[in-house]
Amino acid sequence: MVALGGTGEQGLGAAMKPDERAERRRKAADRLMEFRDLGPIDCDLHPPTPRMAELLPYLDPHWREVMLSRGIDGLELASYPPGSPLSARPEWRGPGGRPGGDLALIQREVLDRWGTRRAILNCLHGSMAMFSEDMGAALARAVNDWIANEWLDRDARFAASILVPARSPELAVAEIERRAEDARFVQVLLLAGSELPLGRRVHWPIYAAAERFSLPVGIHAGSAFHQPMTSVGWPSYVVEDYVSQATAFQHQLLSLIGEGVFTKFPRLKVVLIESGVTWLPGFLWRANKEWRALRPEVPWVDRSPIEIVREHVRLTLQPLDSPPDASGLAAVIGQLGSDDLLLFSSDYPHWQWDGEEVLPKALPEALRSRIALDNPRQTYPRLGVRLGKECVS
Amino acid sequence: MSGAVLERSRTDAAGLGVVDCDIHPMLRSERALFPYLARRWRDELETFGLRTRNPFVGSFAFPKATPALSRRDCWPPAGGPPGSDLAFMRAQYLDSYEIETGILQTLIPSGKDQRNPAFGAALCRALNDWQIAEWTEPEPRLKAAITVPAEDAEASVAEIERSAPKGDFVSIFLTTRTTEPLGRKRYWPIFAAAERTGLALGIHTGGSNGLPMTPGGWPSFYFEEHMANAFAMQPLLASLVLEGVFEAFPKLRVVLIEGGFAWAPALAWRLDKHWARMRPEVPHVRHPPSFYIRRQVWFATQPVEEPPDRADLRTLIDWIGWERLVFASDYPHWDMDDPQRAFKLALSEGETQAVFRDNARLAYRLP
Amino acid sequence: MTRHVVAPASEIAPGSRKLVDVAGRSIGIFNLGGEFFALSNRCPHQGGSLCLGEQVGLVLSEEPGQYRYSRPGEMLRCPWHGWEFDIRTGQSWCDPKRMRTKSYPVTVEPGEALAKGPYQADIFPVSIEADYVVIDL
Repeated sequence: MVALGGTGEQGLGAAMKPDERAERRRKAADRLMEFRDLGPIDCDLHPPTPRMAELLPYLDPHWREVMLSRGIDGLELASYPPGSPLSARPEWRGPGGRPGGDLALIQREVLDRWGTRRAILNCLHGSMAMFSEDMGAALARAVNDWIANEWLDRDARFAASILVPARSPELAVAEIERRAEDARFVQVLLLAGSELPLGRRVHWPIYAAAERFSLPVGIHAGSAFHQPMTSVGWPSYVVEDYVSQATAFQHQLLSLIGEGVFTKFPRLKVVLIESGVTWLPGFLWRANKEWRALRPEVPWVDRSPIEIVREHVRLTLQPLDSPPDASGLAAVIGQLGSDDLLLFSSDYPHWQWDGEEVLPKALPEALRSRIALDNPRQTYPRLGVRLGKECVS
Repeated sequence: MSGAVLERSRTDAAGLGVVDCDIHPMLRSERALFPYLARRWRDELETFGLRTRNPFVGSFAFPKATPALSRRDCWPPAGGPPGSDLAFMRAQYLDSYEIETGILQTLIPSGKDQRNPAFGAALCRALNDWQIAEWTEPEPRLKAAITVPAEDAEASVAEIERSAPKGDFVSIFLTTRTTEPLGRKRYWPIFAAAERTGLALGIHTGGSNGLPMTPGGWPSFYFEEHMANAFAMQPLLASLVLEGVFEAFPKLRVVLIEGGFAWAPALAWRLDKHWARMRPEVPHVRHPPSFYIRRQVWFATQPVEEPPDRADLRTLIDWIGWERLVFASDYPHWDMDDPQRAFKLALSEGETQAVFRDNARLAYRLP
Repeated sequence: MTRHVVAPASEIAPGSRKLVDVAGRSIGIFNLGGEFFALSNRCPHQGGSLCLGEQVGLVLSEEPGQYRYSRPGEMLRCPWHGWEFDIRTGQSWCDPKRMRTKSYPVTVEPGEALAKGPYQADIFPVSIEADYVVIDL
């Protein structure tokens, strides 16, 4: 019986004969070729977090003076300490160990390696976590403009998410409206560890703007830490925080459903980024049961949570908290009950997996192209990715 | 058959003798505790009442789905709130479902969550004496859990040492939402006492620690709060594992109560995966987290998740291990599970015996 | 199919209900504004005594924050988990096709007609001046 976990420590290759190992390598190379040929869309790629010196040119004179005069810097999010193993694979660090390195490294390690058609940059910057609404807005503007000039302009394969000061929906909407003119911005980015539950009506102007511009709302792992990462208090360890991110996504998804966000914004898509994925089936079974009992409290939830999620929610693939065996992974993917939900992501430079095989080999064959290309294309209309047949018709 | 569609398989637990790990006894009124409280604390209760980290005097922060959060058919005909009348509990539940052993969980009132810590400790003592005098002594099928003022480990240990020798206690009662994650060292004396006395640690969903119910703040609806409360089991278990509690207390037996169990495999996979990457941060955790969970943690079943495809429930339990589940009803609360109807899955005789009786006998060291 | 006389109509006033045992089955008889309905007293979810549940209205919503309350007293919530059933049809609100409780045909017959039989009415005398609730099983 395959039970709760598996150590992954047995060293799968150790017991194999040399010819088996060669065969395995050949198959892996074939899979990689097939994957490259698809021209995948990478829905979660992290550029290095800009330091203040890099942002100064993108700040107006007032805010530039504030940053210099007060010595403000070091706004990497605490959910991702730069030195932490999870924050970057060893070969995906730049000088000084900086997670993500630079453009050349990303082009070589991600875009060229997998034949990436488009890649969505999610810049994990502390502007999302500022207590001051105004400073948060100024920094979000600067980061978005830095992304546009330093990344989007330099490689046409890049797209990006819009950072917003979530504490002020009004200023967040202003920033969405400012950047949405540029079609290379394809998503609005929020943190799973928000100040208020993301379904709450106070956030709705953000969703209205996102829907208006066909921007999915991406909820990314990480916390503004205006609250503890868990409802049982502040964890001691980075790994404990990170493990608990999966629970944060459950809370946020429940909030979006319960508050009726998808009733109010029927065209809105929400992408859960770096969520771990495999918690979803169990969550939905419980949520369905709960809805049957407590529906009258939230009568606008007029369909089961399972139906709502299938229509409105997508999840990026990495990290995939998978069972230790291939059949287990197939089972849990089957429990998702839809082929539309998963979006390919490398989660570069986070150290979620090793080697070259970014799509777990145990993924069912029929799903590979859906995840790599079709689902991302349908989720992000602003990417404007058309395939051969559609160009003809 | 046309008409009614019966959405279940019936679990044939008849004649088995079910062990139910979660039955909630209630006070007939707060005054029912007076015989067990010193004068000073009777005055406190009468004058200031119960004070937890909640906004209201006489309600939960999130008003519940039903009065007294109970089944509507559980109000005793002789008066008093659901769960307060032993004779009625016997007739309605213990006898008709052939309960061999029922383990009491005194959720309300909570001594642990009192803002006046000395009063909280006195309340715990009184609740423990009340459980023995009014429940386990008159009804040998019932066993009790020692409720402790967990935020004060020293007082908790004193209460465990005072109560454990009384024999009818099989567990120590804690809730998920302590003021710090439960794995933190400040709570370790309680775990040491559990190991020393051989009592299981029963951690029940709930508690009011004053922290927001989610990492994104307070939700709006009971629809959210009820589930969010159960989600707390996940960071709780992560804390116990990653702080090294199971490494330090290898004989500790932990039962997680009223969190359901569908979340457990995904959490274990996630813990194993990230533990492997982050081992330098937690060198005291020498084994993969799932190793400790399979060795020392049991999951009480209620509320049983209900996947649309029943086969998924079997896959889920296969992942967790049939030896890790213990049945719980949550009687008389509204979200209870019926011993014969909760599992929408045909179980083999061996599976039934394991989940409904034998696993709990092991977890709680029942005779 | 046998017709069972279960109660004098006057005994179940509008808005009230009566639980009866007929041929070994527990059945709830409901009077909604003069119309009678009969449902099996067994929740298809976990077997709770459905007909002991609370009678409530149906609340729907076109938009979050708006509550459209209708049909007061016509929905039955199981006393256990609170799942809602439509007293008129026996169907659950959340999953009407798959999750429903058995609903029985009910008529109100004058005592005069009943005197002619064939009916099962062992438990009380039938008077020709009164009306009676009759269900088909």
